Amino acid sequence: MSTTSKRNVVIIGNGMVGHHLVEQLVENGALTQMNVTVFGEERHRAYDRVHLSEYFKGRDAEALALCDADYYARHGVTFNSSEAVVSIDRAAKTVATERGHYAYDHLVLATGSYPFVPPIPGNDREGCLVYRTLDDLDAIRDAAQSAATGVVVGGGLLGLEAANALRGLNLETAVIEFAPRLMPMQVDAEGGELLREKIEALGVQVLTERATQRIEDGAASRHRMVFQDDKILETDLIVFSAGIRPRDQLARECSLEIGERGGVVINDQCQTSDPAILAIGEVALWNQSIFGLVAPGYQMAKTALSTLTDGNASFVGADMSTKLKLLGVDVGSIGDAHGNQNPGARMFRYLDPLTQIYRKMVVSSDGKKLLGAMLVGDNSVYDTLLQYYANGIELPKEPASLILPQSGAAPALGPDALPETAMICSCHNVTKGSIFAAIDAGASDLASVKGDTRASTGCGGCASLLKSVVDHELAARGVEVDKSICEHFQHTRQELYDIVRVEGIKTFSELIEKHGASGAHHLGCDICKPAVGSILASCFNEPITDAAHIPLQDTNDTFMANMQKNGTYSVVPRIAGGEITPDKLVVLGQVAQKYSLYSKITGGQRIDLFGARLEDLPDIWGELIEAGFETGHAYGKSLRTVKSCVGSTWCRYGVQDSVGMAIKLENRYKGLRAPHKIKFGVSGCTRECAEAQSKDIGIIATENGWNLYVCGNGGMRPRHAELFATDLDNEALYRTIDRFLMFYVRTADRLQRTSVWRENLEGGLEYLKEVILDDSLGMGEELERQMQTVVDNYQCEWAGAISDPDKLKRFRSYVNDSRPDPSIIMTSERGQLRPA
Amino acid sequence: MTATAMKQAMVTQSRQVPTGQKLCSKADLVAFSGVAAWFETPQGPKQVALFYLPGHPRELYAIDHHDPFSNANVIAHGIVGDIKGAAVVASPLYKQHFRLEDGQCLEDDSVTLRTWKVSFKGVDVWIEE
Repeated sequence: MSTTSKRNVVIIGNGMVGHHLVEQLVENGALTQMNVTVFGEERHRAYDRVHLSEYFKGRDAEALALCDADYYARHGVTFNSSEAVVSIDRAAKTVATERGHYAYDHLVLATGSYPFVPPIPGNDREGCLVYRTLDDLDAIRDAAQSAATGVVVGGGLLGLEAANALRGLNLETAVIEFAPRLMPMQVDAEGGELLREKIEALGVQVLTERATQRIEDGAASRHRMVFQDDKILETDLIVFSAGIRPRDQLARECSLEIGERGGVVINDQCQTSDPAILAIGEVALWNQSIFGLVAPGYQMAKTALSTLTDGNASFVGADMSTKLKLLGVDVGSIGDAHGNQNPGARMFRYLDPLTQIYRKMVVSSDGKKLLGAMLVGDNSVYDTLLQYYANGIELPKEPASLILPQSGAAPALGPDALPETAMICSCHNVTKGSIFAAIDAGASDLASVKGDTRASTGCGGCASLLKSVVDHELAARGVEVDKSICEHFQHTRQELYDIVRVEGIKTFSELIEKHGASGAHHLGCDICKPAVGSILASCFNEPITDAAHIPLQDTNDTFMANMQKNGTYSVVPRIAGGEITPDKLVVLGQVAQKYSLYSKITGGQRIDLFGARLEDLPDIWGELIEAGFETGHAYGKSLRTVKSCVGSTWCRYGVQDSVGMAIKLENRYKGLRAPHKIKFGVSGCTRECAEAQSKDIGIIATENGWNLYVCGNGGMRPRHAELFATDLDNEALYRTIDRFLMFYVRTADRLQRTSVWRENLEGGLEYLKEVILDDSLGMGEELERQMQTVVDNYQCEWAGAISDPDKLKRFRSYVNDSRPDPSIIMTSERGQLRPA
Repeated sequence: MTATAMKQAMVTQSRQVPTGQKLCSKADLVAFSGVAAWFETPQGPKQVALFYLPGHPRELYAIDHHDPFSNANVIAHGIVGDIKGAAVVASPLYKQHFRLEDGQCLEDDSVTLRTWKVSFKGVDVWIEE
């Protein structure tokens, strides 16, 4: 198809919803039929506005971005950032920007909304800001540098988010709300009171029923706010977050139909009054409603995709139920939470002033259906209540049991009880039925269901529900969820680990004798032997070259080198932090020359010497150790490298000595055997030159210490590491990593990287934080002690091997002949040897 | 090796007078693991992987050191184990399993490694062509 016959689709706006439409177009192959041009007025590409307040906790624009920098280019979508559309000519079917005119066949308005600033005299004073975009956040951060106090005008969802951001900037923070309580849309008087108590306990001042009359010069602070009763409040910084308004200006100016209180009117196909123009997201008014949440916006994007590709999907409204954590306080709202839309509805309320939990259910007059619910302080019953509500499931005989405290586990709704239409993941519109379809198509575990359906990859709120649905269905289909590691042990890796630890078992033969599956021949196999070898090393750190351990090792561990495709080995000495003296660099060159080794710089900032013959390995290592090198464990499921940027010692931007830290960390954790390899990165400032956020452990320097990121990965399935803790000092950093790594070593499956481990971890990042940072399992000290044992028992395996004639016996090409393997043939390429 | 080639090899073998020779000594072996040995035969040199499983019903195996999947001589460096009761070695490169008893590849019926009769004579390891 020639490009001229393609339709031109122009999308105005590159927020979360506009971006989602692009993703939908890409994923559904619609780009073969259309040229897509996107205009975004911000300089950044689409980012995650839901988690905006994390911007002040170390997540920068790049980490908040919703796609890779080259995503649009890669898929042939034209993306014009920093280019605002200034007018639409419906007759000519063009849009104009300051840079030119662009023709469209279909136009999509995804312009979103803007923050409403109440018409208060003085609201345009310097230091009176809004909270909506990354640029807004930069302005808030700049203003906060010379401020001690901050006020948020507006006590709704966004207002509390903004308050959280101000707290993050260490400002003494107050929230002002016009209504008699916080979050008046979501909670009632009792819930609001509880919410106030909780938020005040965090040191945030809450002032309700306050209408600001004017803002003027303050006496002690920059501003003075004067209220309706002439009371005053002084502050240095004011953030308005009093609701949002649709950005419908462009639509008004080209005379599209606009709602009475704003918003571009759309039909069920997301078309405006001009069928060539669609509107989606917070600018769109459907059935008199604006949907200020991301999930309905995504639904509209999907509908728009269908409309643009002659599909027949309709937008039929969206459930506005939400589960939030605001300033660390759980708030949940489901359906008719206030009970004022259903005459005759009955209310159930539970209030615990001690644990500060409030739960309310709105139930139909016959007591059979849940019409709405409200939760403050604890969202643990949210998922269950939402399923009752969304699927119209009949309530138990005593509905109150759903919100009353339970002595045992709360009565969760079994996955069985859900109909196939039940929405499991509302971010990606995944129903129980589509999960079954994924399993029909071959997905056989949680990770593949997630990969195929994208369920639980949005906000992640449905993770535990998804797991129970998948587990239950797999079990029901007789898919044996056999967790046995192999035929020799009816145990998981984690169980074997616990057995080894608790019983102090130090050899494979003892383990298989005592705990092997009955009838086994006591040999093990290439699955269980390396796994047990790794567990024994993690627990006791005896040299893997000891006679009892050597048969357990993969060939790479056996010969402490990496076997390459022609049977030769590669040699990687440790170059901690990527720092190497010229003298040592010379030695590497000399050794490579002497033994004819192909030399290449690795991604982990060290040097890999390829093509070493088995029988040469001891001599090569003899020379390397003589020069002060030690083994780099490139062959092991263990710590590989700690990559670093050059840091504050040389770089004008660096705020900490990242190389020094990288070397300390690499030397601390070298030799730690783990379920899989472990990579670290340390960056000296937020520019992140060490790419630490793609590592299992990523550390980024801050003015005050170190931010710790965990569970990132590059490779086949890249995953951004997640921010785990901020502004740690050196000691706290070591302690946290000790605990984290040991917990991973203890609980991960065999050959499971931290990223996959994390994705399968029930409770997710929050749970991990509780265990590691809050020590919720009370095992923090034990984990640290264990790590210290490993650290204390470290010895260079190669140094041990070359001084032991018995161990060296293995490094012979043939036990009865000293000739090298004649079938290894090399050829020359670009001045070096390579396998022929 | 195809089945026909195998048969031909066996026919050729049967015409020869079976001869044995010492390959190495027991001390050269590594318990529950493998070593490689050089083996001169009338048909030319062979590389043999020797596996030693002390205390097992059959303690000693000799199997071709050459891995047909990678075309490299690496079988002696694989991990020894048992699968469904049969002693096997896993290729260290692409992880196929070969039965030590008869060289059969468990992942690919058409592939079989050459095996030899091997035994201890005192402390010597004795192989028969």
